[in-house]
Amino acid sequence: MTREPNGLITLENAGVRRDSRWLVRGIDLRMRAGEIVTIIGPNRAGKSTTAQLVVGTLRASEGRVQRQTGLRVGYVPQKLHIDPALPMRVNRLLDLTAMVSVEAKRRALDAVGILHLGDAFVQDLSGGEFQRALLARAMVRQPNLLVLDEPVQGVDFASEVMLYNLIKQIRDTTGCGVLMISHDLHIVMADTDTVLCLNGHICCSGSPDSVVSNPEYLRLFGAHDTAGLAVYQHDHDPYPSSRWYGSACRRVNQHGLPA
Amino acid sequence: MTCGAGIIMFDDFFIHALFAGISLAIIVGPLGCLIIWRKMAFFGDTLAHAALLGIALAILIDISSLVGVPLVTLASCIALMIAKRTPSLSSDTILAILAHSTLALGLVLISLTGGRSLDVNGLLFGDILAVDTTDLLVIYAGGGAILAIIIWQWRRLIAATLSPEIAEAEGLSPQRAEWLFMMLIALVVSIAVKLVGVLLITALMIIPAAAARRLVSSPEMMAGLASLLGVIGVIAGLYGSAEFDIPSGPAIILAGGLLLLGLSFVPRRLTANANVRPHTHQDEVGHDAK
Repeated sequence: MTREPNGLITLENAGVRRDSRWLVRGIDLRMRAGEIVTIIGPNRAGKSTTAQLVVGTLRASEGRVQRQTGLRVGYVPQKLHIDPALPMRVNRLLDLTAMVSVEAKRRALDAVGILHLGDAFVQDLSGGEFQRALLARAMVRQPNLLVLDEPVQGVDFASEVMLYNLIKQIRDTTGCGVLMISHDLHIVMADTDTVLCLNGHICCSGSPDSVVSNPEYLRLFGAHDTAGLAVYQHDHDPYPSSRWYGSACRRVNQHGLPA
Repeated sequence: MTCGAGIIMFDDFFIHALFAGISLAIIVGPLGCLIIWRKMAFFGDTLAHAALLGIALAILIDISSLVGVPLVTLASCIALMIAKRTPSLSSDTILAILAHSTLALGLVLISLTGGRSLDVNGLLFGDILAVDTTDLLVIYAGGGAILAIIIWQWRRLIAATLSPEIAEAEGLSPQRAEWLFMMLIALVVSIAVKLVGVLLITALMIIPAAAARRLVSSPEMMAGLASLLGVIGVIAGLYGSAEFDIPSGPAIILAGGLLLLGLSFVPRRLTANANVRPHTHQDEVGHDAK
């Protein structure tokens, strides 16, 4: 295996099995600093499992996972329930895993647009506010690798664009790698460097450009430019492209990609 | 104990009891909070039952209960961690099995000790007034070490409680936090069993923490206030037991319970837990318009 000097994390043929069922298998992923990788795929495709392999909350049943020494991860999990018995203000949530200065907390909260909620209890936040607080918490510790499992769930459309811009901005200013899991094909495509389409294995991957130049993938991803945003905004089908996942993935698989 | 004109003359055993109880209350404040946050009250109970087995075993094989009790409670922690890997039984069930097996075995062993009959009442409800200087030294040394570890590992303990996933991802092993938590509870139970007995240990740990919850706005505040309320409960309980000639262990727990009841009537706006969420922008506009 060749070690890249700025490789943050490398997955080689990684797979996770639970009770004789493979949740995900044959994952090859190499993340570099400053790179945004987006994982897309239908439900139960193994998106969260892959994210958990990357952050280390799950061990690989086969294959290898190699992290850069001293890698600092900031993680936004898909689900988080905070027990009401635990008194927790947003400001305290921000230094959950490491000491953080008051000024850094202010900057992080300001960046995600909830500076006024620093003293609010996390249990009182709306879904969107909570997602912002979690993002602020993950970014405030200045990670080398930001892992975001559906970071815009419960966030309205305008805020979604704003949060994606913010994630891009964090990447631009800190040079951290970003691994993002998304249900949405359109907005993610705009800023992402590499797309990984999962369905229990990697169906397809590559830069958005190379992906888009392929007529099959054009159908899969649809219009990814700003026109795509408008389609997303007004489309009442929550997953307008979902039927393409299956067909495109199956076609790719027939062409001999990892099974 | 002599009481005259409202002034209680202190004997040595009362002072010892006071110091022992206060020290214990300070230690169990943060641990009681962790038990509540992790929803593990029954776990404390299980270890208390295991402590009874520890005492019985220590008497039977003639070793100090200072060694026997922690040995059995720590072994119970390990047994629990192994049993938890059996996914077909809930941890609730496993705890119940462990608690009552150790209790049963403990009672059997006590009956086998025969002549050296034990004060079962003292085992179940404790005898804080029987604390001697050796016990006090154990409480100071053991309790001090436990408190130092809690403070040192506090961030890890909180992070693992709030989200094991985030803690693991960001380098604070939640497994280590869970082990640490269980060991600390085991050690505290081993110390506390002599003071308040098998049946009241869990109450000693969680009542002050529960009483503190409504009044506070951070985990640290809750831990600190739980310690303070525990100390108040110990002092009030011990004085009450002297004044009214009632058993001291139950009196301490009862004092804590009354404290909790009283504090639940404090209006929410007077607590640090008052709703601090600021008005929304619309609210401010509306307010300005008036």
